[in-house]
Amino acid sequence: MDALAHLLAALLLAPLLPGIINRVKARLSGRVGRPLFQTYFDLARLVQKGVVESETSSWMLPLGPVVSLATAAIALTLLPGPAGPSPAAFTGDFILAAYCLGLGRLALILAALDSGSSFEGMGASREAAFSALAEPVLFLCLLALAADAPDISLSGMLGRGLTGSLAPERLFVPVILFILLLTENCRIPVDDPNTHLELTMIHEVMVLDHSGPDMAAIVYGSSLKLWFFAAATVLSVLPVRAMPPVAGWAVFLAGLAVVAIAVGLVESSMARLRLIRVPRLLGAAGTLAALSLVLTVWR
Amino acid sequence: MDMTQTLMVALVCVNLAYLAVTRLRSLTRITAVQGILLAAAPLAVLGQDPHGHATTLALGVLAIKGIGFPWLLARTLSRLEVNPVVEPYLGFNVSLLAGVAGLLFSLWLETRLPFPPGLFPPLLFPAALTSIFSGLALVVARRKALTQVIGYLAAENGIFLLGVPLSAQGSVWLELSVLLDVFVAVFVMGIALHHINKTFESIDVGRFCSLRD
Amino acid sequence: MLVALPLVPLLAGLLALALRADAPRRLLLVVTGLIHAALTAATYFVPPAPAYGGLLELDAPGQLFLSLASLLFVAAAFYAAGYLSHEDAGPKRDFQDGAAFSNAPERVFSMCLCLFLSAMTVVCATRNLSVLWVGIEATTLSSAPLIYFHRHRRSLEATWKYLLICSVGIALALLGNILVSVAFFDPISPVSSMGLDEMLPRAGAAAKPWLRAAFIFLLVGYGSKMGLAPMHNWLPDAHSQSPSLVSALLSGALLNCAFLGILRAGQVLTAAGMGEFCGELLVMFGLVSMGTAAVFIVGQGDYKRMLAYSSVEHMGILALGVGIGGGATFGAMLHAVNHSLTKGALFLISGNILAVYHTRSCHDARGVSRALPITAALWMAGFLAIVGSPPFGMFVSELTILQAMLESGRILAPVIYLAALTVIFVGMATSVCRMVQGPLPPAVPHPGPERLLAVGPPLVLLAATLVLGLYLPGGLVALLTRAAAAISLGG
Repeated sequence: MDALAHLLAALLLAPLLPGIINRVKARLSGRVGRPLFQTYFDLARLVQKGVVESETSSWMLPLGPVVSLATAAIALTLLPGPAGPSPAAFTGDFILAAYCLGLGRLALILAALDSGSSFEGMGASREAAFSALAEPVLFLCLLALAADAPDISLSGMLGRGLTGSLAPERLFVPVILFILLLTENCRIPVDDPNTHLELTMIHEVMVLDHSGPDMAAIVYGSSLKLWFFAAATVLSVLPVRAMPPVAGWAVFLAGLAVVAIAVGLVESSMARLRLIRVPRLLGAAGTLAALSLVLTVWR
Repeated sequence: MDMTQTLMVALVCVNLAYLAVTRLRSLTRITAVQGILLAAAPLAVLGQDPHGHATTLALGVLAIKGIGFPWLLARTLSRLEVNPVVEPYLGFNVSLLAGVAGLLFSLWLETRLPFPPGLFPPLLFPAALTSIFSGLALVVARRKALTQVIGYLAAENGIFLLGVPLSAQGSVWLELSVLLDVFVAVFVMGIALHHINKTFESIDVGRFCSLRD
Repeated sequence: MLVALPLVPLLAGLLALALRADAPRRLLLVVTGLIHAALTAATYFVPPAPAYGGLLELDAPGQLFLSLASLLFVAAAFYAAGYLSHEDAGPKRDFQDGAAFSNAPERVFSMCLCLFLSAMTVVCATRNLSVLWVGIEATTLSSAPLIYFHRHRRSLEATWKYLLICSVGIALALLGNILVSVAFFDPISPVSSMGLDEMLPRAGAAAKPWLRAAFIFLLVGYGSKMGLAPMHNWLPDAHSQSPSLVSALLSGALLNCAFLGILRAGQVLTAAGMGEFCGELLVMFGLVSMGTAAVFIVGQGDYKRMLAYSSVEHMGILALGVGIGGGATFGAMLHAVNHSLTKGALFLISGNILAVYHTRSCHDARGVSRALPITAALWMAGFLAIVGSPPFGMFVSELTILQAMLESGRILAPVIYLAALTVIFVGMATSVCRMVQGPLPPAVPHPGPERLLAVGPPLVLLAATLVLGLYLPGGLVALLTRAAAAISLGG
């Protein structure tokens, strides 16, 4: 039961995270903002609508959203909860999790290309370029976590907190995970989820042709992905596993809220980077990850 | 948490940052950060300090490396009115990769060298060596004369860091006179920079091409 | 006495900055040089006690190099008095690219000259590696403004290269110093200072790998200041762009000081029983320097650069001589004396030629014997002296080194040595003979009679090296023998 609790919580609460981010952004710019539960309303509305598909598109277009939602859910299954390890944990599962997220991205990219629109093709190419840069960073970061883990699985690597004497290089891991969160979930400073100009979009322009339940799958899938990275960030800092279950859950959820608020703060205080500067941001994150890995292994 | 270790990791990060930043203003700020961290180094490394040796040294370093140099560099920069971008011969990402490679090399070297037991705290040697590497990289891989001065300074900082554990033995006045020498060096280089900017209307060392065989 | 030696030029420098009138300031330079020389001479009669808490202490090699620096400074000061009074202080045109420029303020120039002497005095008169480092860095900083006396683009470029290459080099030497103290690290009875007096007796117990690394860093660091190839890039630029009297001081006095830094490190390693290691490195760098100089001297179109490359060559010979060891160490010490005297004279003479012809090109400065007969004679004599022909002193020292090299049973080193000397002889002869002979270019106005202050100092220096070729005074031999014994790498 404990094991499934986290998956259940993620599936239920994930759409709340974008709500919190939007609320923070609205408040900081002096507006009231959308309701916290707006994403749930959106999902409910989208599911009830019908699907409009272009005549030139193939079976790939409806397949993309489904695959992306399914892969995000699989990755979440592998993530440990605050009270116990994941029920599906096995040695090396972090590779499966990383590539599940990759597969979801691939499906969306293919769907975008399938639509035949030049805008979507451009967005797909950008998404592919940035995720190709983000992936080595993610792996370096996971390796740094794995280097001194008791058990080389996500459940063994996360949830221990900053173990031992607060070794300085361990402090880099949450920072890198946070940068990856911003990149993978298309937040400022990498991508602007609220932009209105297709030319500057990355993620949003890829999904323009989706509608109805397909769109709902995409929105829901991206909330799950956000939850995945936010939870990983929280679990890499806080030793929730060592706490009693109730306290662990409370701290975990509070940590998630803090991460969402942090994303909102970053989005309100920063401008979007020029596209050519994004690789440099990821390069810096990669350097930090390499540093962390080297120092962890060397000790 | 071990104070010295944190300090050393912070210094390593600063050294890598030297190679990554794209603005001259950020470079001068990094020198300030490095100077302040170096001022903490004698206190952290030397530990017990019956003669006030480490404190004197720390104050001297803070005054010269933490405040003096950054002030001098920032003043030079604001008077020069040059393009505020660091112009590289070698790209930033490549420099950064080279910096990480240098770090790996120095970590490897630390395990191989026969250090006298109890002299260097762990990580001090790699931190010092990467600082020297980054400094020399700034000297050779950047176009502007100002970045060369900053590179010289970074290399000197690395050498200074290596000398900190040994400074308990020597006279603190000699250490301070070394500091003063370097300060005068940067001062003289600053004056030369003004002249270069006035004469060449740029501080790009790529324009130094009239003297050759 | 040692208290006053660095202090006199230091105070004179500050006074020079304060003096507004030109004539007394030029006189001050000469007086400072004479007082300093007198004090240096006095150290031969009254062995000076260590000063400044033992930081300054004069031994035989230090005394030798200090005397050379002092002597050259006197010659340069006399020359400067004439040079500065004939130098147009106002704005003028660069004879090479036509750009407008002016000179640095003469007060600053005089001050830096005095501070430069003070710094060199500290370098020579110390047996403490840390003080040595501080002194050598101070020589760089005080001499950089001297190179930038004529404020045009090329001298600025040369100054920047000099400042940066030497500063980075000397920073590496500081790393070498630190490695030396790592080698001597002993938590139970720590070495309290970097003084040779304390380190030499304990060198046997020092960690050998660290000493080895330290010597390499010190050799590269001080070697870049000394102008050993391949770290010599700054040297031809700085020597060709600075005023000639500064080139004379740089070449004749400063390079020796940097060499002293290497020799001090060699002393420590020899005491640790690693003299052979140092010797091999010095031989290698010496031969590379000679070869590099030979390559660049042939066809060199700029006579001041030619002299600068000749300095690279002679620094190579010094390193080679000390590296070979045995009798060559004595030869190297004698060679240092001869090189300082001859190269100082040659640079001063080249200044005379430059002042009339306004070009540094060997091809344009022709007919010197018609325009400046005394200068031309000295130029020719200086050339013969610097390439090591008899009866000048350099013949003796080069022969001594060659003899020791052959005795040591080496084959390759003497071959390269002789080949480089021959090539350099031919290369320099071509340029010098072309300059001395030939018709006077029409653009050059016929100058008046030559000034005593312009030809006197080089004449005296050349006469001295001629005397050394014919007769070595007993006192000098004794000093050179003591210096060679102190720095010998043979142990």
